[in-house]
Amino acid sequence: MSFMSLQVNEPGRSVLMTGNEAITRGAIEAGLSFAASYPGSPTSEILAHLGRLANEHNLYAEWSVNEKVAIEEAAAASFAGLRSLCIVKQNGLNVALDSLVSIAISGIKAGMVLVVGDDPGAHSSTNEEDSRLLSKVVHIPIFEPSTPEEAKQMTLAAYELSENLKLPVTLRCVTRISHASGNVTLGELQNVNKQAIFAKKDRYVTNAALHQLQEVKLAKIRQIADTLPFNTYKGPQNAKTVIIASGPSALYAPEAVNALGLDNEVGVLKLGMTWPLPEKFLLEHMKHAERVIFIEEIESFNEDNVMALAAQHISEIYPLEFYGQKSGHVTGPKGPGVGEMDPDKVKQSIARVLGVENNQAAEKPSLKLETPDVPVREMAFCAGCPHRASFWAMKSAVALDGRNAVVLGDIGCYSLALRRTGWALPQTMHAMGSSAGIANGLGKLERFGFKQPVIAVVGDSTFFHSTIPALVNARYTRANFLLVVLDNETTAMTGHQPHPGMSKNAMGEIVEGLQIEEVVKGLKLPVVIQDPYDVKGTTEVVYKLLQSEGTKVLVLSQACALVAAKASTRPRVYIDQEQCIGDSCGCNRFCSATFTCPATIWDPKKGKALIDEVVCNRCQVCVSLCPQGAIKVEGGANLDR
Amino acid sequence: MTAKVLNIIVTGVGGQGNVLASQVIATAAVDSGYFVSVGETFGASQRGGSVTSHIRVSKVSAYGPLIPQGEADFILGFEPLETLRTFRDYGNSSTQVIMNVRPNYPLGVLLNEDQYPDIPVLTGNLRVQSQKLWALEATNLAVDVGVPVGTNMVMTGAFAGVQFLPISFLAYETVLKGMFAGEILDLNLAAFQVGVKAVS
Repeated sequence: MSFMSLQVNEPGRSVLMTGNEAITRGAIEAGLSFAASYPGSPTSEILAHLGRLANEHNLYAEWSVNEKVAIEEAAAASFAGLRSLCIVKQNGLNVALDSLVSIAISGIKAGMVLVVGDDPGAHSSTNEEDSRLLSKVVHIPIFEPSTPEEAKQMTLAAYELSENLKLPVTLRCVTRISHASGNVTLGELQNVNKQAIFAKKDRYVTNAALHQLQEVKLAKIRQIADTLPFNTYKGPQNAKTVIIASGPSALYAPEAVNALGLDNEVGVLKLGMTWPLPEKFLLEHMKHAERVIFIEEIESFNEDNVMALAAQHISEIYPLEFYGQKSGHVTGPKGPGVGEMDPDKVKQSIARVLGVENNQAAEKPSLKLETPDVPVREMAFCAGCPHRASFWAMKSAVALDGRNAVVLGDIGCYSLALRRTGWALPQTMHAMGSSAGIANGLGKLERFGFKQPVIAVVGDSTFFHSTIPALVNARYTRANFLLVVLDNETTAMTGHQPHPGMSKNAMGEIVEGLQIEEVVKGLKLPVVIQDPYDVKGTTEVVYKLLQSEGTKVLVLSQACALVAAKASTRPRVYIDQEQCIGDSCGCNRFCSATFTCPATIWDPKKGKALIDEVVCNRCQVCVSLCPQGAIKVEGGANLDR
Repeated sequence: MTAKVLNIIVTGVGGQGNVLASQVIATAAVDSGYFVSVGETFGASQRGGSVTSHIRVSKVSAYGPLIPQGEADFILGFEPLETLRTFRDYGNSSTQVIMNVRPNYPLGVLLNEDQYPDIPVLTGNLRVQSQKLWALEATNLAVDVGVPVGTNMVMTGAFAGVQFLPISFLAYETVLKGMFAGEILDLNLAAFQVGVKAVS
């Protein structure tokens, strides 16, 4: 977060780093030359850090248009002899998968590491997906760190392994590693090749005949796995109960064992490499155990793989019982595998298996506060967010049109429109760019009696990421829909990363941004540009476009309120409480209760609306929407518009 | 410091800068020689969601990034409702609390469906149930210094001021000097000092 720790270069010093910073540092210590990524929580910060450090460490860092291109570029750098890094989130790996499968078959040259950020609990994702299953399909090994310190060490080890085996290596991080912080010891910077050359004799070709070589590589890694320092066992030498855990669960487990007073009875086996498995190491500890408890996040990946290993060696380890997601013992309130692990779930799960008293309830003093229920804090568009104005205009235009237009959602801040902050307007939401694909489908159902207009809504970064092929398809097949691009001039959801439409790249260099409307014009499709802060004008434009046939594009252009607020000297917006007539207005508290901008609140003492000026980003949209004209701009100015 | 691990929770609403506050506290602790683990939940940052950091400080070893329920030793609450939410799940009778009393209304309250708890009642309850409560007008103090977004540094200063962790003011200020420069550094240092003063 602070970035400060990455500016320190004193080998041996212990500094506070997030997991993402630790991976960044590990890659730099490993002599990284080339990094490519598309932003996605929880791993977005890595490429951002590398971009800022590019000059200092003679490396290249790029926000690619999408993950498929990013992984292909990372492979290219490796082919040319440079250590490379590709960083994605779980959904990003889905996008990159087609190419990654092939790259793993063709093999690579210099070390190539793939960081995948999984998001158990879906803190900032549409889904909980366990990417380890995909790495297994790809036939590549998986490191799984438990602390930021280990994330750095594993990054270094992953480069060694990748270069030795000529195979990409996955570093699977979860949110509780990427966004956690801990002490990390800085190491020396390695002196590795930084000269790029594609050797005349080299060939990197995907060929089914290479499948055999992939299996040979995996067999080698299986042996290496048994020698890695990341797989550890702590506890009584011949413990009857062994917990097998990976990721942050490997820290929750010993804490839970200690809290339950079971330090002398239960051992914890931490898996640092979760594919392929350190088989000898696992068998050695399964031999002394009578029961094994699996603790991991999302899928029962370790559980399935270790149980398969155990079945193969049943005569050596019998009798042994297995507890985990499969047996139903290791679970949170929503069921096995659903939601992330935490110290309490781990403690309850162990207590459940061993039939011991979970003394937690007794420890915790009664805290039944005499307060009303604590209201939930629903996610909402920020104060001044142009998306709120855009969705209000679309909602109004759809109502005016009266034909039950179908609005299709996509991935970005504007996916919040599925919630009340966007009046739940979108009726579908899937993957990046999917709204345009679905619009293609709906947009040609007229011959089956379909009469509803279709609006697909994407953001600017999503437009470049994966919407353009759908637009090409729409023009070719004459699909009938309106594509609305909410252009807020940044990749806002993941922390304001630049994209091909912007005039800056990941390393802070000035580049020529690609205009969305130029792309659309190149496809010979009609395009209109409009300021969504002009709600009335936008409503009219959307309505008009819905009355026309064919594929058309509307770019709603207004900078993200958080970026604009930082740069702007916009005048203060306030409510003239003399003019606001409160509940006698008949507007049903439009500004606070319908438009629900977090800056317009209700003043219960006066029974009138009020603007919280600490929260307000001064977009002035509410000024035009108040039926009484009670919302004012200081000095009457209207600078940004 | 006699306990094996001290559990601190910094909680607030996206956009209040509480993640930065937790980084300042955690960095100062690492620089002072402790093992520190921080678990951040900031997926909802800037979009009105709850944002929480769990900071675990130990002389002995690195702990996991999440604090078990009922085991917070200190809660630094940037917003009353979030302080209450965190105290209900993680507090106990020996928990100490610093709370900024300025509310930030959730959507359900704006929609007039939910009732925001009465601040004096909420404060009174926390005072009774916690070991100690400091209720501060932190946002107003930051506005007075000239930086409404400096609430996080007022709160950080207050946390440093109560000396829950045996860390010198100098250690905190060194961290700030590493993070900021020029006028922004001066404003942050001023906000930090106001926070220290507010609890002295």
